[in-house]
Amino acid sequence: MKEEIIIAGFGGQGVLSMGKILAYSAIMQDMEVTWMPSYGPEMRGGTANVCVILSDRKIGSPIVTKYDTAIILNQQSMDKFEKTVKPGGWLVYDPSGITSHPTRTDINICRINAIEGAARVGNAKVYNMVVLGAFLKAKPIVSLENVEKGLGKSIPARYGSMIPLNKAAIMDGMENVEIVNRV
Amino acid sequence: MAEKILMKGNEAIAISAIRNGVDGYFGYPITPQSEVMETLMKEKPWETTGMVVLQAESETSSINMIYGGASCGKKVMTSSSSPGISLMCEGISYIAGAELPCVVVDVMRGGPGLGTIQPSQSDYNQIVKGGGHGDYHNIVLAPASAQDMYDFVDWGFDLAFKYRTPVVILADGIIGQMMEKVEMHPMKPRRTDAEILEAAPWSTTGKPAGRERNIITSLSLDADIQERFNRKLKGKYEIIEENEVKFSEYMTEDAEYVFVAFGCSSRICEAVVDELRAEGIKAGLLRPITLYPFPFKEIERLSKQVKSMMSIELNLGQMVHDVRLAVNGTCPVGFYGRQGGNIYTPEEIVAEFKKFNGLA
Amino acid sequence: MSISIEEIKKPENRIYGKPSLLTDNVMHYCPGCSHGTVHKLVAEVIEEMGIQDKTVGICPVGCSVFAYNYIDIDWQEAAHGRAPALATATKRLCPDKYVFTYQGDGDLASIGTAEIIHACGRGENIVVIFINNGIYGMTGGQMAPTTLIGMKTSTTPYGRDPKLNGFPLVIADMIAHLDGTAYITRQSVHTAPAARKAKNAIRKAFEYSQKGIGLSFVEIVSTCNSGWKLSPVDANRWMVENMFKKYPIGDIKDVLNGK
Repeated sequence: MKEEIIIAGFGGQGVLSMGKILAYSAIMQDMEVTWMPSYGPEMRGGTANVCVILSDRKIGSPIVTKYDTAIILNQQSMDKFEKTVKPGGWLVYDPSGITSHPTRTDINICRINAIEGAARVGNAKVYNMVVLGAFLKAKPIVSLENVEKGLGKSIPARYGSMIPLNKAAIMDGMENVEIVNRV
Repeated sequence: MAEKILMKGNEAIAISAIRNGVDGYFGYPITPQSEVMETLMKEKPWETTGMVVLQAESETSSINMIYGGASCGKKVMTSSSSPGISLMCEGISYIAGAELPCVVVDVMRGGPGLGTIQPSQSDYNQIVKGGGHGDYHNIVLAPASAQDMYDFVDWGFDLAFKYRTPVVILADGIIGQMMEKVEMHPMKPRRTDAEILEAAPWSTTGKPAGRERNIITSLSLDADIQERFNRKLKGKYEIIEENEVKFSEYMTEDAEYVFVAFGCSSRICEAVVDELRAEGIKAGLLRPITLYPFPFKEIERLSKQVKSMMSIELNLGQMVHDVRLAVNGTCPVGFYGRQGGNIYTPEEIVAEFKKFNGLA
Repeated sequence: MSISIEEIKKPENRIYGKPSLLTDNVMHYCPGCSHGTVHKLVAEVIEEMGIQDKTVGICPVGCSVFAYNYIDIDWQEAAHGRAPALATATKRLCPDKYVFTYQGDGDLASIGTAEIIHACGRGENIVVIFINNGIYGMTGGQMAPTTLIGMKTSTTPYGRDPKLNGFPLVIADMIAHLDGTAYITRQSVHTAPAARKAKNAIRKAFEYSQKGIGLSFVEIVSTCNSGWKLSPVDANRWMVENMFKKYPIGDIKDVLNGK
C-alpha cells in the first residue's frame, strides 16, 4: 500500500501540521512516511503545501507530481492541484473560499465545510482536524486509535489537554463530509 | 526498540549533535537549513550536555569559530547552504591545512550567486574538488534521508578525528526540509578533558610544564617544509581512499544499465529502476554514500557488465566527470540533470534514459 | 669603585632578565620595532600570573604571524582578521582558560572589523592586544585603516588624502560605546615608564577576562620604523608628535573603576 497525498491551502490553515499529524499516525501504524513541504518566501502568508507519502515499503522519491489524494483548502491550490489527482483518486476540499468547484468526473470528490465544523466543536484552531476527519472517512488508511497516538506525538506536551478537542474535530469531519462525486 | 521520531533532516542534524556528544555548534542563518540552529537553540543543550551553541555574525566568522574550537580538540560543527558555504571555503582550507577535525553541513540550494532557495546538488564540484585554495580534500558524505542526517553526524566526527580532516555532510534542500522517521540511538556523553587530551594530544588546551607548546597553524614559509607537508596529506588521502569508500547498490547484480546518483537523486532513481524493471528492462542503481573518497573501483567494475551508465544530478553535470573517469571509456556514460531548484520526476528520467539508450 | 662581572651576575644583583616564557628563538622583527617589547610584556604577565598552562594565544596574519615562535604557550594561528572568532569559540568551549588575541591594525581594523566588533558586541571574555602602527608592516608598508592623514605609505606615496583614502579608524573609541566591552586602554612602549604602564594594562586585561564582565582591549600605539622609513629613535619621536595626537594614550573605559 502506498498513498501519495498533497495538502494545500493558505499559511495559517494548519496545512503543515495536519500533514505532520497524519504522518505521525502512520508511523504509529508501523508505516514508512515522508513529509515534504514547500518552503521559503512562498510560505510567508501565501500558499502552503506539503506532500505526505505513507507506505508499507521504503519510500523512494519524496516528491511526486501525481497524487492519490489532494486535500485542497483554497482556490489557488484548486487551480494547481485538481489536475494532479490520479484517475480514481480522491479530492477532498473545503467549499468556503472556493469560487470554481472541481469539475473532474474521473475522480472521487468530497467536501467538508470545516469552518462550520470547527465552530461546532468550539475552536477555530482545530479547523485542520475537521478536514483530516473528512479525509479519514474517505480513506481510512490509519486507524483512529493511531491518529490519537499521532496527535499525542505531534502536539507539544504542554498542549496535551487539547487532544480531546482535536479528536472531537476529527469526528465532526468524519460525520459531516459530503460525497460530491463517486467513480 | 529505539524511539522513532518524525523530524526534518535539519532537525535530525541538531538532535544528533546533542545526542552524540558534540561540544559546539557555530552558525549563521540561511535557507534551507536554518532549522539546524533553531532546533539547537530551542533544545538548550548548554543546560543538559553542556554543548555550546552560538549564532555568529557571518559564515566567515562561523567557520573560524570552528577553527578555534577544533584547535582545542573539541567536537565542533557548523551548517550552512551554498552561498554561505562559499564564504566558509577559506576557513575550510585553513582547517585542512592545520589538520583539524570538524563537521560542516551543506544543505545545497540552486546557484550560482544567490540563486534559488530550492534543492540542488550544484556544490558537488565545490565540496568534492576542494572549494578553498590549496591541495586538500574534504571527506564528503552524501545523506539520502533524515536517518542518514542523524547517523552521519557521529560517523562524520569519527572520520574527522581519525584523519584530522574536515568532513562535509553534503545534503540538499529536500533532505534538509523533508520529515521522516528517525531512530534515535543511545546518548553518547561529551568527552571529558582527559579523553580530549588522549584523542587530541595536539590540541591547544594550555601548555603544562613538561610538554612542548602546541601550535595550530597552516603556515610554513619554507618550500621544502611545505612540500613535505603536502606529501604527508597525500599519504593520508591515499589511506582514506583505500579504506573509507562507501556506497550502496540497488538491483545491480544482473543490471544491463546502471544509474549513478547521490542524495535525494538516488531515491528518485530507485523509483526509476522499479519502473524500468516493471517494463522488463534490467536497470540498477549505484549510490555513492561517500563522494570523496569516490567509489571509482565499483563503477569501473560495473562498467564492464553494463551496456551504459547514466549520472543523474540536480546540476549541469558535475559528478558525471568522476563517473567518466571511473568508466574510462568502457561503456557510454550519459547525463541527465535539472537545475535551479527544479526536481526531476521518475517518468522524466525514464524518458531521458530511453532517449539516451535508443530504446524509445 | 668598580664591580666585577662575576659580582654583577649574582642573582641578588640582577635587576633585569628575560622572562622564562620568551623562547630562545631569534625574533624576526626589525630593530626598533615595538612587537618585541610587547611580546616580552605579555610573556612576563603570563609568567607572573602563573597561568602558562591555562593560556591560549591566537596570532594574526601580519608581522606578528610568528608570535607562536617566541612565547612558550599554546597558540592558534588564525586566518587574516579572524582571530576574535577563534578566540570566541576557544573561550566558550574552555571557559577556565585565559584566551587572548594579538593583532595588528591591518588584521584587526581592516579585514577583521566584523570579527572584532561582534566579539565586543557579544561581550566575549577575552583579551585583545592591538598593535597600532598605522601601516601594513609585513607586506611592505602599505596604507592601513589607521594611517594618519598626510602619512606616506607605499600605497599613499603622496600622503593619505581623505578625498582619495578616507579617514583613519579609531577602533578603541568606537568599541568603547559597546556594552560588551569591560576595559579599553591605549598604551605605548617607547620608554621604560610607558612599557611599565602597558604591562600593568595587559595584566589588568588578563585579570578582567576571568571576571565574566566582557572583552578587554589593550591598544599599543607602536612604531614601524622600517615602514615609516625612520631610524628607531626618530620613529619614537614621530609617534609621540603625530600618532599620539590622533590616538591619545590612557584608559578609555574601565567598568570596574567607574570609567
